[in-house]
Amino acid sequence: MGVEVISVSVDSQFVHKMWNDHELSKMVNKDIPFPMVADGAGNVGKVYGVYDEDAGVELRGRFIIDPDGVIQAMEVLTPPVGRNIEETIRQTQAFQHVRATKGSEACPSGWKPGKKTLKPGPALVGNVWKEWTPNNDL
Amino acid sequence: MAEKSGGCARPTGARVGEASPSKENNQPQSMIEEEIFMTAKVGNKAPDFTAPAYYKGEFTEIKLSDYLGKWVLLCFYPGDFTFV
Repeated sequence: MGVEVISVSVDSQFVHKMWNDHELSKMVNKDIPFPMVADGAGNVGKVYGVYDEDAGVELRGRFIIDPDGVIQAMEVLTPPVGRNIEETIRQTQAFQHVRATKGSEACPSGWKPGKKTLKPGPALVGNVWKEWTPNNDL
Repeated sequence: MAEKSGGCARPTGARVGEASPSKENNQPQSMIEEEIFMTAKVGNKAPDFTAPAYYKGEFTEIKLSDYLGKWVLLCFYPGDFTFV
């Protein structure tokens, strides 16, 4: 898919090393394959709107950023619930498809690679029902 | 990615272009606040930042704008050694 991952928390790079060495590397049987950023003062989290001032930690914010540096998608969860990486991959593939078609195609709800896209234009107005319904698997 | 020496003089990240605190700063207060509270929105440029990082056994520095031309998944989380 060609996506670079960057993780950020308020822990120092030294704690990131310890977490990698003592726990994460045991989950995946190798070193974490992406940079783990230290944002102790929450400066990065603040501009992304994910820094919790009261708790002094960052929320589960997830941003898909395109090659022009534009944020295409964001999701923020409070700490007790984890993310669904499958959905992140699906959204990224959809945005990559839209970019590859230079915006001439759009991905309807639930779209996955190989499924039907829509071509926005005058002919489609009022006719989406012919192309797509919530239940079909085109 | 060049390795950084293991110093601890700069323990946190910062937005690129963030003004360093200065007593001679005579900008109107409202303008400064607007700059600080500008947050990320879909469809807008991702705010650039530099910050120290740990990556494959080395201490390094990450600058988001170095990733221009690539898709980036930027993930924040509450803390190392937490449970979820």
